[in-house]
Amino acid sequence: MNRVLLGLTLATIAASAAYAAGPDLGAVQQAATNWPAILMFLFFVLLTLGITYKAAKGTKSAADFYAAGGGISAGTNSLAIAGDYMSAASFLGISGLVYTSGFDGLIYSTGFLVGWPIVLFLIAERLRNLGKFTFADVASFRLDQTSIRIISAVGTLVVVAFYLIAQMVGAGKLIQLLFGLPYLYAVIIVGVLMIVYVAFGGMKATTWVQVIKACLLLGGATFMAGAVLFKYGFNPEALFANAVQVHPKGDAIMAPGGLVSNPVEAISLGVGLMFGTAGLPHILMRFFTVSDAQAARKSVFYATGLIGYFYILTFIIGFGGIALLMSDPSYFKLGPAGAFDKLKDMIGGTNMVAVNLANAVGGPYFLGFISAVAFATILAVVAGLTLAGASAISHDLYAQVIARGRTTEKHEVNLSKISAVVIGIVAIYLGYVFENQNVAFMVGLAFAVAASCNFPVLAMSILWRGTTTWGALAGGLVGLLTAVIMVVLSKAVWVATLGNPAPLFPYDNPALFSMPLAFATIWIVSLMDRSRRAQRERAAFEAQYVRSETGIGASGAHAH
Amino acid sequence: MSGTTLDLRGRTTPPGQRNLGTDVDPQVERIARTPEFQQLVSERTKFGWTLTILMLIVYFGFIGLIAFDKSLLAVKVGGTASLGLFAGVFVILFAFALTGIYVARANTRFDALSDALKRSVAR
Repeated sequence: MNRVLLGLTLATIAASAAYAAGPDLGAVQQAATNWPAILMFLFFVLLTLGITYKAAKGTKSAADFYAAGGGISAGTNSLAIAGDYMSAASFLGISGLVYTSGFDGLIYSTGFLVGWPIVLFLIAERLRNLGKFTFADVASFRLDQTSIRIISAVGTLVVVAFYLIAQMVGAGKLIQLLFGLPYLYAVIIVGVLMIVYVAFGGMKATTWVQVIKACLLLGGATFMAGAVLFKYGFNPEALFANAVQVHPKGDAIMAPGGLVSNPVEAISLGVGLMFGTAGLPHILMRFFTVSDAQAARKSVFYATGLIGYFYILTFIIGFGGIALLMSDPSYFKLGPAGAFDKLKDMIGGTNMVAVNLANAVGGPYFLGFISAVAFATILAVVAGLTLAGASAISHDLYAQVIARGRTTEKHEVNLSKISAVVIGIVAIYLGYVFENQNVAFMVGLAFAVAASCNFPVLAMSILWRGTTTWGALAGGLVGLLTAVIMVVLSKAVWVATLGNPAPLFPYDNPALFSMPLAFATIWIVSLMDRSRRAQRERAAFEAQYVRSETGIGASGAHAH
Repeated sequence: MSGTTLDLRGRTTPPGQRNLGTDVDPQVERIARTPEFQQLVSERTKFGWTLTILMLIVYFGFIGLIAFDKSLLAVKVGGTASLGLFAGVFVILFAFALTGIYVARANTRFDALSDALKRSVAR
C-alpha cells in the first residue's frame, strides 16, 4: 500500500503542473468565472506581448533568436533560470503535499534543489565555454556531428514532449478551476501565447517572460508566507504547534511519513531529480544567453538561492494552509451535518491549498493575483520548453544533420519559428487528447530521460577523454530506451493507464538503473571502439579540454 | 559555427605519453603545457569534485535517513519542530552555501589563474 501511495505521489508530483493534472483532478468542476484573476492575467499578457514586440524588432541574427545575443546579465539570467524551473506544480503541488503530509513535502523541495550545485561544479562553465546555442553543440564538439546531434535532439524532443503534455493538461485543469474557463479554451490560450512569445520574440522575449513570472511568483509567495508568519508573531515554532494541533495526523506531520518507505524508490527518485536537472534542455540553453563562463557561474549561484528560498516558502505556505484553513469549513465541501474530511474535501482538491490560503490571508483580489501568477507560471515554463524543442529541430536536426551545415542563418531561424508554431499546435492537440488521461508520470519520465540520456552524453563528452561517437550514441540510446521502457512497465503506466494487473518493473523511478546503465554503455562501447574516427576523437579531446577549461576560443557574447 | 572552428586536423595523445612534433594545433598544445593551465585545471577539478561529493553525501545521507531511520528524524528539537525539519532545511541551505563557496573561490583564485594563463599565452 505504501509503495502504491509512494509511486503515485512521486510520479504525480515530479516537477510540474503534472501534479495539478493528477487523478484527483480528473473530474474538475468548472468554477465560476473569476474576473479579478482574468483581468490581472490579461495585464500580464499585454505586458509580455509588449516585450515580445520589442524583442522581435531586435531579433535579427541566430544568436539573437537562440541566445538573446548572449547579452543577458547574470542576475537576469538567474531569475530566468528560476522562472524556467519553478513550475506551477512546485508551487501548488508541494504546498498541497505539505498540507496533507507535512514533512514529506520537504523531501521533494530538497530533491529539486540539489541538482543545481552539480550543474555548477561540473557543467555550467564548460558548457558556456564550448557551446553556442544548444547542448548538442557541446556534446558534438569533437564527436561526429550527425550522430550526436541526432541523439541529443531526440533526447531533447522526448523530454520536451513529455514535459509539455503534462504542462498543457495541468494548465487546462488548473485554469478551469482558477478562472472558470472551459478546458479547451485554456489549452488554446496557453498554446497560442507560447507560439507568439517564441516565434516572434525568440530567447529574448522568453527570457523576459521568465523573469517577470519569477518576480511575480516569488513576490506572491513571499507575501503569503510573510502573512502566515505574521499571524504567529514570526515565530515558526508557534505555527508548527498550531498546525500539529489541528492536523488529523497530529504530531506525525513533523516526521517522515509513509511517502518514502522504500529505500530504492527514494534513492532512484533522488538520482532522477538531481541529475535530471543537469540534463533539462531548456535549462541548459540558458547558459548560452550570458556573455561568458563567469556570468554562467554567477547565474547558477543566484538561481540556486532563489529556488531554495522559493521551496522554503512553499513549505511555510503548506503549514500555513494547515494552521489557517483546516479549521475553517468555508474552504471545504461539506457533507451532511456540516462534516468534512480535512485532507480530502478541500474545495478544488489539495492542489488548491496555496490558492485558498491566498484568499484567507489577502482576500479575493490577492486570490485573483495568485491565480493569475499560476497561469503565468505555466505559460512561462511552456514557452521555455517550446524554444528548446524548436532549437533542437532547426539548429541540430535541420542545420547540422539534414542541410549538413549548408544553410543560411536566416533560413535556420525561420525554420525555428516554423518549428515553434508546429510544436505549439501539436501541444494544443495533445493537451486536448490527453485531457482525461493520467499524465502524472510524464514529468517524472522527462526528468528520468534527461538524467539517463542527455546528462550522460553531455557529461562524458566534456569530462572523459576516451568518449567516442559510438560510445555516446550507444549510451544515449540505452539510457533513453531503458528510462522509457521502465516507466512504461511501471505501475503508473502498465497498471494505471494500460489496465494490466501487475507492474513488470517494480519501481516508478527508473533513474537509479537507467542512468548508470547509460554511463556504463558509453564507457564500454568507447573502450571497444577501435575505429580511426575514435582515435581522432580521443586526440581532439585536448583542444576541447583547453577551451572548456579556459574559454580561449569560445564564441563571444555578440554575433554582431 | 563556433562549435567547429577550432582548426584541429592533427592528433594529440594523452598528456602522459605526449608525442610532440606531430601536426598538433600548436596553440592548444602550447596552452596545455603551460604550468598555469595545469595548475588551474588540477585545482579546479579537485575543488569541483570535492564539492560534488560533499553534496552527494549530504543529500543521499538525508534520503538514507528518511529511508532507514525515520525515528531519528522524528526526534524533537525544542518543542514541536523535529530534527528532520532542520535536516531538510539544512540540505537546502547547504546546497546554496556550496554554490557560494565555489563561486567565491572561482571569482578569486580560478579567475586569477585564468588571467595569468591568458597573459602567459599572449606573450
